[in-house]
Amino acid sequence: MSRRVEVPLHRVAHARAGDKGNRLNVAVFAYDPALWPVLAPQLDEARILALFAHRGATRVRRYDLPRLGGCNFVIDDVLQGGVNGALNLDGHGKTLSFRLLGLTVEVPEAALGGGEVSRPGPS
Amino acid sequence: MEMLRIGCGSGFSGDRLDAPVPVVAALVAAGGPAALMLEVLGERTLALAQRDRRHNPEGGYEPALEALLRPVLRDCVAHGIPIVTNGGATNPAGAARAVLRLGRELGLGALRVGVVEGDDLRGTDALDDLEPWEGDEGAVLDPSAVIAANVYLGAAPIAEALRGGAQVVITGRAADPALALGPMLAHFGWAEDDWPRLAAGTACGHLLECGSQVTGGYFADPGLKEVPEPHRIGFPIAEMREDGGFVITKPPGSGGLVDLRTVKEQLLYELHDPAAYLTPDVTLDVTTVVLAEEGRDRVRVSGARGGPRPERLKATVSLPGGWLGEGEISYAGPHARARAALAGRTLRDRLALLGIEGRVRVDLIGVVSVLDGDAGVLREAAALAPKDVPEDIRLRLAVATDTREAAERAAREVLSLLCCGPAGGGGARTRVVDRIRTLSFMVPRERVRPRVSFLGLEDVA
Repeated sequence: MSRRVEVPLHRVAHARAGDKGNRLNVAVFAYDPALWPVLAPQLDEARILALFAHRGATRVRRYDLPRLGGCNFVIDDVLQGGVNGALNLDGHGKTLSFRLLGLTVEVPEAALGGGEVSRPGPS
Repeated sequence: MEMLRIGCGSGFSGDRLDAPVPVVAALVAAGGPAALMLEVLGERTLALAQRDRRHNPEGGYEPALEALLRPVLRDCVAHGIPIVTNGGATNPAGAARAVLRLGRELGLGALRVGVVEGDDLRGTDALDDLEPWEGDEGAVLDPSAVIAANVYLGAAPIAEALRGGAQVVITGRAADPALALGPMLAHFGWAEDDWPRLAAGTACGHLLECGSQVTGGYFADPGLKEVPEPHRIGFPIAEMREDGGFVITKPPGSGGLVDLRTVKEQLLYELHDPAAYLTPDVTLDVTTVVLAEEGRDRVRVSGARGGPRPERLKATVSLPGGWLGEGEISYAGPHARARAALAGRTLRDRLALLGIEGRVRVDLIGVVSVLDGDAGVLREAAALAPKDVPEDIRLRLAVATDTREAAERAAREVLSLLCCGPAGGGGARTRVVDRIRTLSFMVPRERVRPRVSFLGLEDVA
């Protein structure tokens, strides 16, 4: 069995955030869909709620997307007023996808392709 | 099988103005039936347009509409490619007249422009029957304060305008995917309760509606997600078949990319429950969607499921939202962070001394800003455990107040730091804007009455 290593989620997954009113959604996908079952249990609702507690988040719901190798988080009240009410420079909360991608996850070392992040070459 | 191509030339009100040109060129080169959609209407845009119209009754529509249309209108008309846009904002008829004048100037002859109205709920009985959307629970509406109230219309009136021969269709508020679904309904004749096809068409419209966000825009992350030629990203084109199967692609030779990753990110963009995305036309389930790369920059999308359309439609209501005052000033070099933090504390003390009431936020841009909450929890944590001390910090003050005077007075305090603040502050800027608050309500479908009309050259002075 492969040794497990800690990496930032950013290294193995990508994400996009969108807003509606005072509610944010962040969809997260493993680059390799086969890795998603390893990531999913580490990204539970309680962990995401704690990540956004400093912004007043009140509730997180996770909707799984097994066919796409990812999930959608819906986070309530995290925008502190939303695009038309917030004091934040980023009232939409568009930058928050990268806060989520800053979380640490454990993955099998083999999933990292010899320990190096797999990088597509320059196009 | 017969195919309809739909190109999207704009994904929001601030999008690249030259984006429609390669899309239309590709639609023309491909031949066959096609339509162009332009999404330009933000949540806030309608309320701003409503204010604009008070000063200029012929205004109140998207100001960039002419700039978007001018380079492509001739080709679209010549090749029978209808244009569908929500750029009518609060004045679709005014926007239609502007398009007709543009067509006349370009020598395009007698254009027929379809106008979809009925999204504006002000002065209608629908305002009496609103219930807060679940995300705005407990909201109470004071009808006298309403600046704008617009319900999201569906694809049916757009299809009606196209079937009536419109070469350009102008709407106000409409569900963004409807700008794509409308042409599909008109072209394929799908029934309005054909949920599987409406689901496919809505999923397709959803993928197109933000323009480049499905073709490599809002995607690049150097080293992980490379995007070729981001300065000339090709906006998306969907190839829709009669059975609801479709491919997302982009103009040949353009920058950007279409792959599983770009499509996945956009498929979930601004969705909540992915099994029940409520639109005026259908309840869409994307959890069953299957994506397949089908050659370079081509992704086939299938498997979207649909259920009956909801009986209540979503409406956005805009209300006065007070004033926002902002000010920024930079500190750089040795001890920059300590001086910026001192300036922030000084500002808070000044606002208290002056008796300025309102919510206050201080950011140290370069240390922590957008990820933080208003209370500065992350900033304080960063101060306790500085990892590396940046030497170029921009202090930002933001204050929400009830009056313009209070917002201006607060912003002025940032300017005053140039003399009265910590050593070495520079580059101060301030900004004061009035704000519009928006709330979402649900309105019974039967209270909403879309109207379609047609304008021609004879309607233009």
